[in-house]
Amino acid sequence: MNIAVCVKPVPDPKSYDKITINPETKLLERNKIPMVINPTDKHAIEAAIQLKELYGGKVILISMAPPGAKEVLKDGLAMGVDEAYLLSDRFFAGADTFVTAKTLATGLKKIENFDLVFAGSESADGGTSHVPSQLGEMLGIPHLNHVMALVMEDGILKIKTKIENGYMDYEGRLPMVLGVVREINTPRYIPLMGVIQAQGKPFTVWGLNDLQLDPAVVGLAGSPTKPGSLHTPPLGRKVEMLDGELEKVAEKIIVVLHSAGLLS
Amino acid sequence: MEKQHGEVWIITEQAKGRLNEVSFELLGKARELAAKDGLPVSAVVMGSGIDFGNELIAYGADRVFLIDDPRLALYQNDNYAVVLENLIRKYSPAIVLFSASYCGSELSATVAAKLETGLAAHCVDLYFNEQAEFVQVVPAFGGRVLGDILCPHTRPQIASVKPGMFKKPEKESEPHGVIMEESAAVLDHYESPLKALRVVQEQPVGLPLEEAEIVLAGGWGVGSAEVWQSLEELGRELNGAVGCTRPALDEGWTKGEHTLIGVSGKTVRPKVYIGFGVSGATHHVVGMKDSGVVININNNPEETVFQVSDYGVVADVKDLLPVLLKKIRKAKEDRQ
Ligand SMILES: Cc1cc2nc3c(=O)[nH]c(=O)nc-3n(C[C@H](O)[C@H](O)[C@H](O)COP(=O)(O)OP(=O)(O)OC[C@H]3O[C@@H](n4cnc5c(N)ncnc54)[C@H](O)[C@@H]3O)c2cc1C
Ligand SMILES: Nc1ncnc2c1ncn2[C@@H]1O[C@H](COP(=O)(O)O)[C@@H](O)[C@H]1O
Repeated sequence: MNIAVCVKPVPDPKSYDKITINPETKLLERNKIPMVINPTDKHAIEAAIQLKELYGGKVILISMAPPGAKEVLKDGLAMGVDEAYLLSDRFFAGADTFVTAKTLATGLKKIENFDLVFAGSESADGGTSHVPSQLGEMLGIPHLNHVMALVMEDGILKIKTKIENGYMDYEGRLPMVLGVVREINTPRYIPLMGVIQAQGKPFTVWGLNDLQLDPAVVGLAGSPTKPGSLHTPPLGRKVEMLDGELEKVAEKIIVVLHSAGLLS
Repeated sequence: MEKQHGEVWIITEQAKGRLNEVSFELLGKARELAAKDGLPVSAVVMGSGIDFGNELIAYGADRVFLIDDPRLALYQNDNYAVVLENLIRKYSPAIVLFSASYCGSELSATVAAKLETGLAAHCVDLYFNEQAEFVQVVPAFGGRVLGDILCPHTRPQIASVKPGMFKKPEKESEPHGVIMEESAAVLDHYESPLKALRVVQEQPVGLPLEEAEIVLAGGWGVGSAEVWQSLEELGRELNGAVGCTRPALDEGWTKGEHTLIGVSGKTVRPKVYIGFGVSGATHHVVGMKDSGVVININNNPEETVFQVSDYGVVADVKDLLPVLLKKIRKAKEDRQ
């Protein structure tokens, strides 16, 4: 079975509280936040490797990102992915999800036809959860997002997707694009051996010309949506500390509840 | 930029034979947007044996498109997307609003890709600016940053909105909408490679977080399942609801994912929010920042959560909880 996994390098979500907006330039200040593989994409990689272990074949990863992403993507190779493809070009910058999906689809088609394409359900930075469905549309194959369980029986895929307070069951056939949620599995730890092996695995970088794309249809230029200004939501409040013995504190809390019209 | 032309549409969503609240929340926002330019508001309902036309008209829809077809009995992304694409191409609305539920975000992404147009996800605000452009405000980096999104050239402009983000409107005093039956005949030429077999959804018991006047939120600092039980007890005593952070959910202490507050969960706006052992990560705070009064209890006096609180208590949760419970019981008795 030939499987592709879409992997997005993102600034580490643990550090989002450090992100600020420069009041003068109005640009994001996110320096020094390390890049990591998007958390749900690790589950996508794990799902792909598990299927390869069962059915054989090959797992590749594909990413559209700046050239610096190479190191982060090696973590995917270290987990057990066989080959990496990085789509990187200054013309790709500023892509919205529509154009991201289109660029990824162009890259995937250039590699080969895949039986399964996995993605995470949602990226931690943009967090749209659009790309899996949009990629399916651009590849012209069926797709489901928020997949929480997956088995293959006699060539039929049995898929459980997550919905509010429950799930849905689907049946489908290969090929398919699946966006996975973190409930699907527990990603393996990177073995030391994997890190060493990753160095020797094929790593291809493709730009605009390799994909034979017109600059007008990629990046910001090709994106139907355009970003406007950025702001930080006002979150701060002026705090009054309630101190004293616990009994006193509890009484003060009750006063606050009363004045908010509760407990009556 | 000239004035917006065309209609504002909302795509409704159902569960267990009823319209979800988010359908009305979207309708309220659509009415607000449309009122400025006098645009009509239409609601789309898909399903089998459905009849929500009058209910939507009562809440202000000028037009309700009903697409009643046995093939639409269960939500299935591809079938629904084919039908919607067809309807949108037929009427060319200016703006289409979807729920950003699990199904809604999948459906909106699919429809936007088919129509080759822009889509803004999980919008926290939608408005027309002074240039009459449709501004879609979306969260990024877990809600730490908000960014404006415009869709200048392609139509429709599609946006999704999480359930609970906007307010359900009042009923219209003089409802006047019309119901229009549309067909799903496009599906005659479409054979789905997928098959939705069943939907399993359990209505959680107890007061929903969104409806509670007081929400108690437990974080990782609650520390154990036993202490969590006292938190639940306090919740019952106060007629409130108990919510959680993701680490508390992952520990398995809570009643389940429907009680998660934050970017990946619910948005709550109770009169009073009390956090117990919550650090104040933006991922969580964006889901409770619009609460009335915010109280937080944390054993670390320097914790960032105090910067987003009206009242702070430096204490160990497991010590304060029993005292608070006792005092509140007493306060209630004294009132009787
Ligand atoms: C993509 C993504 C999405 C996420 N979505 C969400 C979301 O929707 N909702 C959400 O909540 N989180 C979400 N998170 C997680 C989020 O980033 C934080 O990790 C989380 O909110 C922290 O939860 P916490 O405050 O309970 O735990 P911690 O950050 O571990 O804080 C525990 C707090 O308890 C205090 N404490 C410890 N012991 C005691 C004690 N005995 N008494 C009193 N105080 C004590 C500590 O001082 C600390 O402040 C998400 C993360 C990612 C990456
Ligand atoms: N630039 C990208 N390169 C590779 N995969 C991506 C990229 N952007 C998004 N994805 C995939 O799409 C999923 C959903 O992302 P999003 O739609 O941005 O929330 C991610 O978890 C990735 O698997």
